[in-house]
Amino acid sequence: MPALSVRVWRGTTQGAFQTFEVPRHASQTVLDVVTHIQRALDPTLAYRFACRVGMCGSCAMTVNGVARWTCRTHVDKVAQDGALEIAPLANLPVIRDLVADMREFFDKWARAKGRFRGAQTRHEDFARLPPHSAQRMQIDAAIECIGCGVCYSSCDVVAWNPEYLGPAALNRAWTLTRDERDSAHLVRLRAVAGDAGCHACHTHMSCSERCPKNIAPTASIAGLKRAVAKAALRGEL
Amino acid sequence: MSAVARSEFAVRGETRLWIAQRASAALLALCVMVHLATLIYAVQGGLSAAEILARTRGNFGWLAFYSLFVLAVTVHVPIGLRAPLGEWLGWRGRSRDVVLVGFAMLLAAFGMRAVFGVFA
Repeated sequence: MPALSVRVWRGTTQGAFQTFEVPRHASQTVLDVVTHIQRALDPTLAYRFACRVGMCGSCAMTVNGVARWTCRTHVDKVAQDGALEIAPLANLPVIRDLVADMREFFDKWARAKGRFRGAQTRHEDFARLPPHSAQRMQIDAAIECIGCGVCYSSCDVVAWNPEYLGPAALNRAWTLTRDERDSAHLVRLRAVAGDAGCHACHTHMSCSERCPKNIAPTASIAGLKRAVAKAALRGEL
Repeated sequence: MSAVARSEFAVRGETRLWIAQRASAALLALCVMVHLATLIYAVQGGLSAAEILARTRGNFGWLAFYSLFVLAVTVHVPIGLRAPLGEWLGWRGRSRDVVLVGFAMLLAAFGMRAVFGVFA
């Protein structure tokens, strides 16, 4: 197989692409390519990964202009004419090379009240949530988020409105809104309403298109819009 | 107003605008369909302007329908313009809303002028 020509972003917000020649292998992933560059060609290359099996959400990068989880992205599927262009995630500050600063992304989860707040103690009986109840199924559809930031990086509204909480944080808020054990529903609905929250979503669906876990944050955000509207019409907001 | 009160006001306000936007969109879907169907019917029948005016003048049904249409446009369009003004031009805050209220009044004035043009 001919070698791959790989353009890799070097620097911070200011920087340039550097080209490397990387040998091709069968079933090679984009993360394999980046790891080869760092281990064999240039040890100063900064990038982030942990699990290598699509669980941890730390290796997301922009590959040929599209945000992807690199550990589960095969070179065969994304290389164009034997070439790859690898950059850090968009819509986030760059720390160095392929490492994006995820602080704002996760701070927004906190701002969206993405933390479970129970009202019961360990002395009380377990809450029983039937697996086939509508609420539980809505939670199941949205709960497998690994926090990779691919949706956030793909979202036009995040690019246009830096205050926007983004698809992942709103998706997390939606799962808690559906959780009957949670006791902070109204506080959360207030946190996710408005111009920085669910109402800013234009339903472009880039998040749902790109999510490597096949979650549809757009649907979760639509659910939040309905929940917020119902609370407002009941005069609770 | 305190910062907390202001943010609560903003959350309620934004939510009401969203509800108004959705409700006016539903109304517009209906109004546009009725309007287009009427238009196609009138054109196919070969009605002249004078014949159309003869049907609309003094007709309170059409007056009510097109007034509703104008109301839906007046609510829907300015709210719809808020997002692109904020996102593409970075124009947010009070000045944007004041200008859009002015724009809404302009739409209402021109719309009702047209409605009365075929009613009176």
